[in-house]
Amino acid sequence: MKDCKVNKTYEEINARIKAGEAVVVSAEEMVEIVRKNGPVEAARRVDVVTTGTFSPMCSSGAFINFGHTTPTLKAASVWLNKVPAYAGLAAVDIFIGATEPAEDDPLNKVYPGEFRYGGGHVIEDLLAGKKILLEAKAYGTDCYPNRKVKMDVGLDDLPYALLVNPRNCYQNYNCAINLSDRTIYTYMGMLKPHGKNATYCSAGELSPLMNDPYYRTIGLGTRIFLGGGVGYVTWHGTQHNPAALRSPGGTPTRPAGTLMVQGDLKTMSARWLKGVSMQGYGTTMAVGVGIPIPILNEEMAAYTGVSDADIVTQVVDYGFDYANRVSRNYGEVNYAQLKSGQIEVNGQKVPVAPLSSVVKAREIAEILKKWILERNFFLTAPVVPLPSAPGKK
Amino acid sequence: MGLAFVPDQEMLRRIREVGAVYTRIYLLRFPKEITDQPIICQLAKQYDTEFNILKATILPQHQGVMVLELKGHKSNVNKGLKFLKGLGVKVESLATSISRDEEKCYQCGACTGICPTGALYIRRSDMAVLFVPEKCSGCGLCVTLCPVRAMEVSLDRNGTLPD
Repeated sequence: MKDCKVNKTYEEINARIKAGEAVVVSAEEMVEIVRKNGPVEAARRVDVVTTGTFSPMCSSGAFINFGHTTPTLKAASVWLNKVPAYAGLAAVDIFIGATEPAEDDPLNKVYPGEFRYGGGHVIEDLLAGKKILLEAKAYGTDCYPNRKVKMDVGLDDLPYALLVNPRNCYQNYNCAINLSDRTIYTYMGMLKPHGKNATYCSAGELSPLMNDPYYRTIGLGTRIFLGGGVGYVTWHGTQHNPAALRSPGGTPTRPAGTLMVQGDLKTMSARWLKGVSMQGYGTTMAVGVGIPIPILNEEMAAYTGVSDADIVTQVVDYGFDYANRVSRNYGEVNYAQLKSGQIEVNGQKVPVAPLSSVVKAREIAEILKKWILERNFFLTAPVVPLPSAPGKK
Repeated sequence: MGLAFVPDQEMLRRIREVGAVYTRIYLLRFPKEITDQPIICQLAKQYDTEFNILKATILPQHQGVMVLELKGHKSNVNKGLKFLKGLGVKVESLATSISRDEEKCYQCGACTGICPTGALYIRRSDMAVLFVPEKCSGCGLCVTLCPVRAMEVSLDRNGTLPD
């Protein structure tokens, strides 16, 4: 930005990190700093703001190469602890998706189903050092004659394991209620009839994309905290919608941007990738993501100064509207209200519960801060920016 | 911003409140020989305590299981419990049958939306999700709702109390 009073480059910030001089604060701490000092002074003082989020994130999974067997095998169908993995890639390359339930799971036959084990749990078990039963079937070829394999494998036995999540880090999400007359079980949790409770799923002011609403610094190649290890933003995520309605401060008031992220599974930890069972819905995985935001100028300081009270979302009915794609909401609420535990919908006071862990989001922001302060983590400038809102670069 | 469990003001207030009017939730196991006798009503009649049956499975000629909330002066509650024990009823505090796996729990807070007694609640100052076993009624709603199955309720030897 040419007309900014403060201008820093990635190189300058990284040099300060290297010299042990960088000022790094969490997105929560930045709220007060910007409020007290204004964005220009905040930009002069602060070099990096760390963000974090930890919640169930569907569209997650891992590419695994399980190594060649003797005799060789071209796997056609593969199961990990009875959870089907996609094998139509190559001889021994597979993709295990977080929402894939175990093949013998009763699903919703006894409603609401419990969905005790799925792809997310397989990934968590691998990280926890457990052995996984790998079963594969094949039709046999001249170069790959083996028809069947059954073996126990641990993460160390796998030549290659890459976490690849095509959609994480949703920039804002709906607050869910149920206006129908029966209890429903959704990916937003259990919702009582007649709007008697509500749920939401965002870390609010700590959430990565809330602190860089127009994706000025988060783009292709951004180095991040992913599942306890180091990962990268590798594309915009599926359903990325930068054109969503926004507040004057820039944060979207509807589900908007998303990120595709990936990283070496072997550097990650079961603490930050957890298999999740959503009653009546299915399995998925809770993913920990933290993104550092360089304070290049006062504009980035202002963005990262965003507080829960500034971030707004819509209340959506999951009893009828969501399933029937009715574009309608029952008002807007901000995250300060959501985090108070009670909101007002249609003039009624409704208790509201989170699905996203603020405690863990804060912990991630703190870990990332520590990594940077200990000079183990440097920032990367995006190779290509993500598609942004119309008129915003 | 420590993450260790430290009782805050809100929790201390709750604990004091519980102390003033003595309220406890108990898990009672009735031997099959006495399941046909009127017993619980004596707690009100003879021992001047208020009771609230939260859950019960009492069938003739079977061991009965009951989750009972008792309220009253501490001495009366204790006398009532002594009376039950004298009849062969096994009494334990429900709190000891309910636990949260702190390794699994990632403090999302989903459970706080359905917990009917406030045993699971959020400390708003830092959004920590806390569990006060003494307030738990053993309803078990949180067990299957918890995304990582961190809550465990074991009311009888076979697992949970039948619905």
